[in-house]
Amino acid sequence: MSPDIWQPLLLSLKVALWATGLNLLLGVASAFALSRWRSRLGNLLDAVFTLPLVLPPTVLGYYLLVLLGRRGAFGAWLEHWGINPVFTWQGAVIASTLAAFPLVHKAARAAFENVDAQLQSAARVLGLSHPAVFFRVSLPLASRGIVAGALLAFARALGEFGATLMIAGNLPGRTQTLSVAIYSAIEAGDEAGAATLVVVASLTCIAVLLLAGRLTRGHAPQRVA
Amino acid sequence: MAIDVDIRRTLAGPHRPFSLDVRFRSERARIVLYGPSGSGKSLTLRAIAGLVTPDQGRIVVHGQTWFDTEQRLCRPAPARRVGYLFQDYALFPHLTVGQNVAFGLGTGWRNPSRRRLPEAARYWLAAFELDGLTDCYPWQISGGQQQRVALARALAPDPQLLLLDEPFAALDPPLRARMREHLLALHSRLGLQMLMITHDPSDVEALGEEVLEIRDGRIHTAAQVPAIRD
Repeated sequence: MSPDIWQPLLLSLKVALWATGLNLLLGVASAFALSRWRSRLGNLLDAVFTLPLVLPPTVLGYYLLVLLGRRGAFGAWLEHWGINPVFTWQGAVIASTLAAFPLVHKAARAAFENVDAQLQSAARVLGLSHPAVFFRVSLPLASRGIVAGALLAFARALGEFGATLMIAGNLPGRTQTLSVAIYSAIEAGDEAGAATLVVVASLTCIAVLLLAGRLTRGHAPQRVA
Repeated sequence: MAIDVDIRRTLAGPHRPFSLDVRFRSERARIVLYGPSGSGKSLTLRAIAGLVTPDQGRIVVHGQTWFDTEQRLCRPAPARRVGYLFQDYALFPHLTVGQNVAFGLGTGWRNPSRRRLPEAARYWLAAFELDGLTDCYPWQISGGQQQRVALARALAPDPQLLLLDEPFAALDPPLRARMREHLLALHSRLGLQMLMITHDPSDVEALGEEVLEIRDGRIHTAAQVPAIRD
């Protein structure tokens, strides 16, 4: 393969890995907090956390530009520290993280709610602090669902286009991810290049989905009656 | 060795609120709280273990105050050192039999290693004839074996009070009788105060030294079974 296929593929993988890692931390934390804290405000937050799944990516991109752009509230503060995520690969990470976040949050929340509360009680009575119960009981029992959500998030981050284009742009070799490169190739009339990129993107996503399916099917029952 | 409970708690129910108002004091080694389902016996047991907080009252066990609304005191569940046998055993499905028994022996953030089990865990596995099942997972063993694992797990951290929630309800009748004898023998060896809740009169007959009958969230009779019966 020519280097102009490798570069967008590697950049996409790098961005998707970062976005997945960040989402594992953020999504697991938000899911665990909301699975415990059931209130009206909690439900509202849950709806807000799901928004990126239903909003058009361009809307997400717009919000990010408003927030992180030089004239944005947060962007001005970042600028003060010499950071400007617009037109950088880190910007692409932010866009992908936001777009894929609901997938981890939703999967993790369902997984935490499926963990038998009695097991957490048993661990408490056996002398464990709340953090110890989380790491020794809740997290391992929810891990299968969390990993499945993370894989879907990885696939989503890999394919992110709209928000990424708006915040990170289309700079070959710097911010041109796989999906953006496909768009560019078509625009430039390079149909063979586009076809190759499309095959690479499709194969990567199929591999991720197969892996996710395998992990969710599972062999061990969660609980014995 | 006295347990002194005097608690009140109101729960919102589907039809009308349920109110628990339970008061008892006992120095007997085997106390049975007997009553139909929905009478509040589970709630009482969970309150003693620290898994639910009463609205008001006091729980004093062996001279230590675990809960007292007047003193604004509530010792958290992990600090009460009770052994709790859950009705459905609540074994950890992601851990082996050995790891389940060793679970309460270390209270850090990591589960016990499958390979190197602490001495106390191996002692309790042997005491309950579970040595051969150490590396099995809970769903791979029978109901009676699961109960032994749950009991070994509850006893391993050396609790000061043993709480049993309908311990025999999930077993078939022949096994039930055997496990009752087993528990009785174990209990006389350990010298540990135990409080059991049940709706089964045979449990009362076999194990109750002091029987408290609970109905609609209140204790109705406190019948002492003569010592001759054991």
